[in-house]
Amino acid sequence: MYTLGIDIGSTTSKCVLLKDGKEIVGSSIVVAGTGTDGPSQALENVLNSAGVVREDISYTIATGYGRKIFQGADGEISELSCHARGVHFVFPDVYTVIDIGGQDAKVLSLNDQGRMMNFAMNDKCAAGTGRFLDVMASILKLDISDLEKEAAKAQNPASISSTCTVFAESEVISQMAAGTDLPDLVAGICQSVATRVASLARRVGIKERVCMSGGVARNAGVRNAMSKELGVEIVYSDMAQLMGALGAALYAYDKAKDSNPTVS
Amino acid sequence: MGEEVKKSRPAPDPNSAKFKLGQIAAKAYSDAMEAKARGEMVGWCASNFPVEIPETLGLYVCYPENQAAGIAARGGGERMCNISEGEGYSNDICAYARISLAYMKAKEAPEQNMPLPDFVLCCNNICNCMIKWYENIAKELDIPMIMIDIPFNPDYEVSDAEVEYIKAQFWDAIHQLEEYTGKKWSDERFKEVMEISGRSSRAWIEAASQAKYVPSPFNGFDLLNHMAVMVTARGKAEAAEAMETLLKEYKENHEKGVSTFRAEEKYRIMFEGIACWPWLRVTSTGLKSRGINMVTTIYADAFGYIYEDFDGMCRAYANVPNAMNLEHARDKRIKLCRDNSVEGVLVHTNRSCKLWSGFMPEMSRQIGEACGIPVASFDGDQADPRNFSEAQYDTRVQGLMEIMEANKGGN
Repeated sequence: MYTLGIDIGSTTSKCVLLKDGKEIVGSSIVVAGTGTDGPSQALENVLNSAGVVREDISYTIATGYGRKIFQGADGEISELSCHARGVHFVFPDVYTVIDIGGQDAKVLSLNDQGRMMNFAMNDKCAAGTGRFLDVMASILKLDISDLEKEAAKAQNPASISSTCTVFAESEVISQMAAGTDLPDLVAGICQSVATRVASLARRVGIKERVCMSGGVARNAGVRNAMSKELGVEIVYSDMAQLMGALGAALYAYDKAKDSNPTVS
Repeated sequence: MGEEVKKSRPAPDPNSAKFKLGQIAAKAYSDAMEAKARGEMVGWCASNFPVEIPETLGLYVCYPENQAAGIAARGGGERMCNISEGEGYSNDICAYARISLAYMKAKEAPEQNMPLPDFVLCCNNICNCMIKWYENIAKELDIPMIMIDIPFNPDYEVSDAEVEYIKAQFWDAIHQLEEYTGKKWSDERFKEVMEISGRSSRAWIEAASQAKYVPSPFNGFDLLNHMAVMVTARGKAEAAEAMETLLKEYKENHEKGVSTFRAEEKYRIMFEGIACWPWLRVTSTGLKSRGINMVTTIYADAFGYIYEDFDGMCRAYANVPNAMNLEHARDKRIKLCRDNSVEGVLVHTNRSCKLWSGFMPEMSRQIGEACGIPVASFDGDQADPRNFSEAQYDTRVQGLMEIMEANKGGN
């Protein structure tokens, strides 16, 4: 039995196709979020990669910012619960999830069964989110994927004190004009994200192990800064960006089983 | 092509509490307008100022906070905030203050007009922003400001010394008003007002407490509408009568197994903070569509004052939610959660109210821990519509619901 999870974020659309609630048989990421053709492209890509057709899918759950307007789902669940579920599937011993997406940051507290018990999200401000890193990468004329490499070369990370993305942009430009090395600037930017989200994490309470998920988790500069800031090891999966879609596919499997108890 | 069929709404029952309360809230404004037109003095009054004082003196007063909430709920918040910001006021200032300062300048708001004041009655037991807000009105309009200082109480109980400090100020305020308006204080009239205010408050608090029943006989958002009468008219006999009608209706609802919450009540939450007036429908629908009933809120209880004499009145006004210490405020909310079988807390992190939003992260953490229930918060504003994001609200409410569902043993 195939179930599908589709996570429609503000900047990307992600799909995970699951077989019998256990085996990931396909996944896709399209850099285009809600309000674009990203969701349908992500869906098409995952079906093609797995050699599966829509009719083979028993149940689909949508999650993420665009979950309510996606027409092809049987149900929708918040990205909060889906990230918790996806991370628990990959790391059953994780109790704290730090998820940083395109325009929000969230910290989830999980119980022994991987159920979300508490959460905190960023306030109505893009600081400490993927959008902040996008803006900074653009000022520095770097690709977002280069931030990690540059941060690793830093000798003396710069201090970016503004929490507001717009003010931080001016601060970064001033530091560039003052001749601050690029790697030091990038490391400072990563540190700025980590510091802001770490405060959110402390509000929920840190219980090890701690996992980072979401697109920003791919950036080792932010992961390392977060680990140092919180004083804990941070686990991470190459599937970090797919955790929401994975959780949605797992919930879809539960729903499919509920509606047809004869399948295992 | 078929013709559009409009559903006609049934005429409101003039004997219903909803009708009576709506009439009283509207009459408070029209009475003040008429008084002003007759040449009588009219005041602007802070919501937690002892309303018994102007009521006993027979003075007409309007409530800028109530007016600002009304303007915001009817879509005028942004326009009014822009006016005061154009005058130089920072958008970090409370949006009620910005709307009120804008009204002072514009002298007109189609959403809710009221007469300009001849004096202002300020009490800082609700917040200190109010002092500067009222000072500016008094200065610009060149009118007197009667100020009662009820500072934040760091202790759990109100001390006798604090009561003495407040009592002296209450009498000073009365004497100032007597001198300025020519009205005379009457102990007999005060006794009557106190009794009426007590009647209103007892009925109001008991009506709100009917949420102890599962399902609740009312939608908690009703309280947000009805409390306008507790703010503006609790010392009036018709308010006491309407509140008693409300209590009777809620009791009858319970007996008949009906509710003003027009959905299946699957979850029960406490709402914390001032309502997000510009987005009232969105915030209400986000809950109702998921079967979440906001059964209780300290915001409603805050306007029920029960006391026996003048000293008791001083003590009651020192014991309002924004003036009491964290432990006392927490314990009151824990009691509300327990009495009303609350399963989760939704906190409005209100950009306008730094005081309330400042103490809530720690207080709500303690409430959640003590009651073993989840707490979620959302960003918004009591009157400035620009500080709210519908998508963020929706995700947080859904997250809260999913935890409550998991706590029940569901998916």
